[in-house]
Amino acid sequence: MDAADLDRTLSRMAREVTEVFEPSTLSASNLALVGMQTRGVYLARRLHRKIREAENTSVNFGILDATLYRDDVRKRLHQPLVRRTEILFDVNNAHIVLVDDVLFTGRTVRAALDALLDLGRPSTIRLLVLVDRGLRELPLQADIVGRFVPTTLGEEVRVKLQEYDKEEGVWLVNVPSHKRKNGNNPDFGQRVHKH
Amino acid sequence: MTQPLTTLRHRHLLGLATYSPEEIALILSTAREFREVLRRQIPRVPSLRGLTVVNLFFEPSTRTRISFELAEKRLSADTVNFASSGSSVSKGETLKDTARNIEAMKVDIAVIRHRSPGAAYFLTQCIDAVVLNAGDGAHEHPTQALLDLLTISDISPRFDGLNVSIIGDIMHSRVARSNLYSLTKMGVNVTLCGPKTMIPFGISQFGCRVTHRLEEALEGCDVAMALRIQLERQDTSLYPSLREYHNQFGIKPEHLDRYPSLRIMHPGPVNRGVELASEVVDHERAVILDQVTNGVATRMACLYLLAGGQNPASLAEIG
Repeated sequence: MDAADLDRTLSRMAREVTEVFEPSTLSASNLALVGMQTRGVYLARRLHRKIREAENTSVNFGILDATLYRDDVRKRLHQPLVRRTEILFDVNNAHIVLVDDVLFTGRTVRAALDALLDLGRPSTIRLLVLVDRGLRELPLQADIVGRFVPTTLGEEVRVKLQEYDKEEGVWLVNVPSHKRKNGNNPDFGQRVHKH
Repeated sequence: MTQPLTTLRHRHLLGLATYSPEEIALILSTAREFREVLRRQIPRVPSLRGLTVVNLFFEPSTRTRISFELAEKRLSADTVNFASSGSSVSKGETLKDTARNIEAMKVDIAVIRHRSPGAAYFLTQCIDAVVLNAGDGAHEHPTQALLDLLTISDISPRFDGLNVSIIGDIMHSRVARSNLYSLTKMGVNVTLCGPKTMIPFGISQFGCRVTHRLEEALEGCDVAMALRIQLERQDTSLYPSLREYHNQFGIKPEHLDRYPSLRIMHPGPVNRGVELASEVVDHERAVILDQVTNGVATRMACLYLLAGGQNPASLAEIG
């Protein structure tokens, strides 16, 4: 996926978000986009802009870091770096769309749900992801998907965004088995193509 | 400062003498995020669920013990407390045997406060758990220095070129030592001040300025950190009387008037009318209670970053 594909997909997903909810929800401004650290934040920000332009309504925006809620802190599978959580609106009775870049095992989403529920009791939580790469380890599914890319364990999906990576696009990367856990810089593979 | 770290290089927190500025910066930035967690409706996260922390307090302590205990509970760890009075220590058990017995009960993290310098290091040699030093004799008290740094960073986001004076009994103070190591590492200009009997000979080689006059310590100073005068040492002739100490080294309201941007810190517990005049303790420029609040967040950050650090591949075992 290159920059233009990415933008088209985001526009479509922004429309889907507005379709999913009742007009009353949209106008009551208790709809909220919550981006997950790190790239989900930038995706949510772009969707937020698109929805606001299209619907001329105010949508809340928040940032969530689920690091503290992960189940693998002790195993050090995950970088323990704690980043900012910033949810300034009232979560109670809100309709929340959780935004992330890649849906894989589902463990991050599980952690994010726990984190969100600790902040209050939202009416609904929906999940929006740019890429669903399959291989779930938990019974979770996304409500709005940018692209479904079936992958194997030896592959990785790399989403790069201008705001964070100074580069834009989605790549499917082959990771050699010896580099799989914290391999730093595997050679870039092919871009993810349309199906 | 170079590339920000994402994990600590140390397995234990025994002192700040061996910690790098990058590691200290990581602890501070993590502590800032935990401060946000503490402001939530449910100030609790499940990060350390399933881990057991034992608090070994061989010396009386209220603030530090409660602060550690709260930090552990806010991270959902299971905690066990141990106080030397009313325990097998009063029956003559050695530190090593106490530690071994606790180890046999499978704990993951041990927090230790002991009157002997090096007690925390000694513990790492007898048990397998991650050890956090909560004060060992006159050696170090690293979490206190870290929470002091966090409090200072709220006053001024840049450490570089900041002037901090530590006033009091430097000789017997583990807080002063930890602060001296960490502050100088972060680029702060440190001045030590106190009677000659309370300043160790040759301490200036650690890169600090030494003075025996309070005015010199407060001139151009951004933060003054007063240390507790240990009343139990009163008969050791380190100073003639408490009143004389207060006259010469106590921070009084006139100092706050003369230096309008001066902030006052104190590791507690405060002797009102000795190291700080009572009005100074209650003054709005005294950030003593902010230090206490920051203590919980800082200790959460230390526990969180050190938890599960038993991966020898990525962690050098350098104490």
